[in-house]
Amino acid sequence: MSAPQSHLETLPRSLNVLLALCFLALLLFPFVGTDFYVQMVSRMMILAIFAMSLDLLQGVTGLVSLGHAAYFGVAGYALAFLTPAGEPISLYTSLPLAVAASALLALMIGFLVVRTHGIYFIMVTMAFAQMVFYLFFDNKALGGSDGIYINFKPDAKLFNLENKHVFYYFTIACLLAVYIFLRRLLWSPFGRALAGIRVNEHRMRALGFDTFAHKLCAFTLAGALAGLAGYLWGAQTGYINPELMGFHMSAHAIMMVILGGMGHFAGAIIGAFSFEYVLHVFKDLPEVAGFNLGKHWQLWMGLFIVALVVFAPRGILGLLAKIFKSNGDAP
Amino acid sequence: MKPLPTSRRAVLKGALAGVTATGLAVPEWALAQTGKIRVGLMLPYSGAFAPLGVAIENGVRLAINEQGGKLGGREIEWFKVDDESDPSKGIENANKLVQRDKVDVLIGTVHSGVQMGIQKVARDSGVLTLIPNAGIHAATRALCAPNVFRTSFSNSQPTLALGEAMVKRGHKKAVWITWKYAAGDEAFEGFKESYTKAGGTIVKELGLPFPNVEFQALLTEIAALKPDAVACFFAGPSGAKFMKDFAAAGLKGKIALYGSGFLTEGVLEAAGPAAEGVMTTLHYSDSLDTPRNKAFRLAYAKTFRAQPDVYAVQGYDTGLLLAQGLKAVNGDVNAKPALFKAMESAVIDSPRGKWTMSPSHNPVQDIYLRVAENGENKVIGVAAKALADPGTGCRMG
Amino acid sequence: MDIVNFLIQLLNSMQYGLLLFMLAAGLTLIFGIMGVVNLAHGSFYMLGAYLAWSLASLTGSFALAILVGTILSVLFGLLLEWLLFRHFYQRDHLDQVLLTFGLIYVFEEMRSILWGDDVHGVAIPDLLSASIPLTDTLSYPVYRLFMSAVCLVLALGLYLLISKTKLGMKIRAGAFNHEMTQALGVNIKLIHAVVFALGVGLATVAGMVAAPVSSVYPNMGSQVLIMCFVVVVIGGIGSVKGALVAALLVGLVDTFGKVLLPQVAGMLVYVLMAAVLLFKPEGLFKH
Repeated sequence: MSAPQSHLETLPRSLNVLLALCFLALLLFPFVGTDFYVQMVSRMMILAIFAMSLDLLQGVTGLVSLGHAAYFGVAGYALAFLTPAGEPISLYTSLPLAVAASALLALMIGFLVVRTHGIYFIMVTMAFAQMVFYLFFDNKALGGSDGIYINFKPDAKLFNLENKHVFYYFTIACLLAVYIFLRRLLWSPFGRALAGIRVNEHRMRALGFDTFAHKLCAFTLAGALAGLAGYLWGAQTGYINPELMGFHMSAHAIMMVILGGMGHFAGAIIGAFSFEYVLHVFKDLPEVAGFNLGKHWQLWMGLFIVALVVFAPRGILGLLAKIFKSNGDAP
Repeated sequence: MKPLPTSRRAVLKGALAGVTATGLAVPEWALAQTGKIRVGLMLPYSGAFAPLGVAIENGVRLAINEQGGKLGGREIEWFKVDDESDPSKGIENANKLVQRDKVDVLIGTVHSGVQMGIQKVARDSGVLTLIPNAGIHAATRALCAPNVFRTSFSNSQPTLALGEAMVKRGHKKAVWITWKYAAGDEAFEGFKESYTKAGGTIVKELGLPFPNVEFQALLTEIAALKPDAVACFFAGPSGAKFMKDFAAAGLKGKIALYGSGFLTEGVLEAAGPAAEGVMTTLHYSDSLDTPRNKAFRLAYAKTFRAQPDVYAVQGYDTGLLLAQGLKAVNGDVNAKPALFKAMESAVIDSPRGKWTMSPSHNPVQDIYLRVAENGENKVIGVAAKALADPGTGCRMG
Repeated sequence: MDIVNFLIQLLNSMQYGLLLFMLAAGLTLIFGIMGVVNLAHGSFYMLGAYLAWSLASLTGSFALAILVGTILSVLFGLLLEWLLFRHFYQRDHLDQVLLTFGLIYVFEEMRSILWGDDVHGVAIPDLLSASIPLTDTLSYPVYRLFMSAVCLVLALGLYLLISKTKLGMKIRAGAFNHEMTQALGVNIKLIHAVVFALGVGLATVAGMVAAPVSSVYPNMGSQVLIMCFVVVVIGGIGSVKGALVAALLVGLVDTFGKVLLPQVAGMLVYVLMAAVLLFKPEGLFKH
């Protein structure tokens, strides 16, 4: 289903250096940015974790899920339900529980869904996510269409997450941990098996691999990581509503992964940042000759996406890899 | 070490330029003070509630321009954010105005779900916040704050005045129908309280997801239940559709139709004959025969070449309140205690009639009983005088 | 619920189901024959509704609006296929998903720029504006019966086209084996264009015909799109017969769910889909 050469598992060395520099910039950002922008970058990092989780499913295993946001949202809701109205909940109990909730949901839906292929897989993942969406949307007891507010950030005892800078660094730590974990996973036997499934599932089966179990594992793991992102999102914004599990959110995740470049998790991070940034820029466009460009940001976004698919299917990382490779560096 | 080849340098330079150009790295001290007062509007400029957002902004600007175009003697710098009526982006959008643009006053919004996000940001930041529409109870009850003022209504105010009017007309058995979201639920609270207190019985409570307008199945259900009347809450053009579908299902004339006044606000032309005879309760009516209302409607129509509705009036009153408050402190928006006191004790000479602030910062106002006749909402009486929102659970200072 | 009420709700569910079928039929054809997943299908529905509104306001005649609207949208569909979609038949489903998602944004904004963001009603033509009394309280709008009739006629027409005409035979052949059909001298590019235009046409006519009943408002496309996908999944990709059966099923579950089980009404259709997939992973009628 996906062309094997569209994946960027290894990168030229100088590109790796550039990425390390970007990470350094990220570490130093709170010293130069205003509160509003520190929060915005925190949000981008959370979305980057979300994008990486989808990259595991899509870029590595080749499963295109249009319903990944369901696992993102469920963890946020778990935090919302666990946090009492008048005081915070412990980070150390709520985080594992929320991630477990997402993983469980992913396991259950994955079991039904992983047996389908191609277009079917895309559509059933979307449909199941919609089901979860409506479960929350229609029921006042679960917050309904108005969502639930989380009045306190989780209590981490050793450090104070209510402090925006502390939260920022906590998010960086999560981002780094997930990245390292996934990179190691990519090169582990399990990861290699997943890549093999993406390239040719029949061959893998013929070689004796239980592809159903592998795919289900990947699906569940991806769901759990999406849950981590959802938990952080809920903690950061203090508000969870069904739209976070909706179709648009899932589609955004796919776009972030494609924009950045699939297969190498740094691409997902770049994609998340770039996508949010582009969105921010489009929304803030000024009025030109009486025509409010910012109001019609969806048009620019749509055209941008179309252009992306037509001209840069390997995403930003793919473009950069081409530039850096052509200057003589060995990958 | 080998110098970086040109293209890599270009990429790095470009990235750095891009980042600084869009102000991502601009530190706080660089945002200079200009002496202008920064007013932020967070309203729906796209989607189904866009006309309401426009009407509210028009009202605000009209009021301020009538006062000389300045607030407390200071020029105004406007900031606008389209909240898209999307609750999931409520906090983010409010922060764009409060944290990024550093507004002195935040005016917003229409959708109650989005309002909760604004409320959170307002309480955390202490910015003066004026609510020109969203009637969510919490904003002037459990989550009230000294810096938050509402110039519109609370969701149950219009329906608190509806129950008695219905029972007086002999309609003792009713079905309630609305959207299943905060505004619908809270409107029901008011209806339930007033209707049962007056001796009415609610046969069934029907709901559909917001903003669904497929009423057919539920209209069939209503016909089977055969109540004396139907009471409802729908806002915007969906109200017109409901009235039209109600008539098309043959229920008009057999079952009386009542509603919270938003049902017939601004949509009478679109609804046509289906709206004739529908009775509603609201804190305003275009046909209010007072010199104040007439002057306002003329001024609005001349300036914006459109007829004002209740949303425009609410926007107008927001402008009036803001102007009065800032005049009392000579434009010093940081003199918070004096500013808030001035706003709390303000008497707003509104096109809807004079009103004052309740202790929890919600309007204490008359609710009119209106009937839709010949394309306008004719006032046939006052359904409730000086109705105040109870402000349950509000703890301020 | 008494028998009369039950029958009327049945009528309601059939009407909704038939409308869904019009949309799902187009989607399943485009999937089944060109292998293209088109998320922007709901946008055509919206296009139809807005065309109906603006043309009816311009010309004063609903019938004329439908006629002109259909021609315009079929032309638009052909243009879109030639310009964009044609180049994506061989590409990844992922790329198709992305492309069409981007198109949703573009179409929504074009709609906003051309026709604004207000919500509009479309007047039911006088001829069809009566209501038939069914009980002493309830009447059934004639227009809704008209809608169902239109959908039925189109469904029949589609069936006849696909199974009884030469063109239909070529379409089926193309779906079965792309290269072989081409090798046999059939102009497969033309077939693709025809099928795409047919799919677009069905969706826009659905929007036009539904406009008086559903109102014309921003984002109306995305709401109906997802339902459409569910119908196609339940019915089986590429099967028009499956789309019909599934659409009627969904209509039933949705309508009765709203009335009998409002708490879970939104979820019921998806539970139905899950149940079908558990036993038949490729839908009710395999293509």
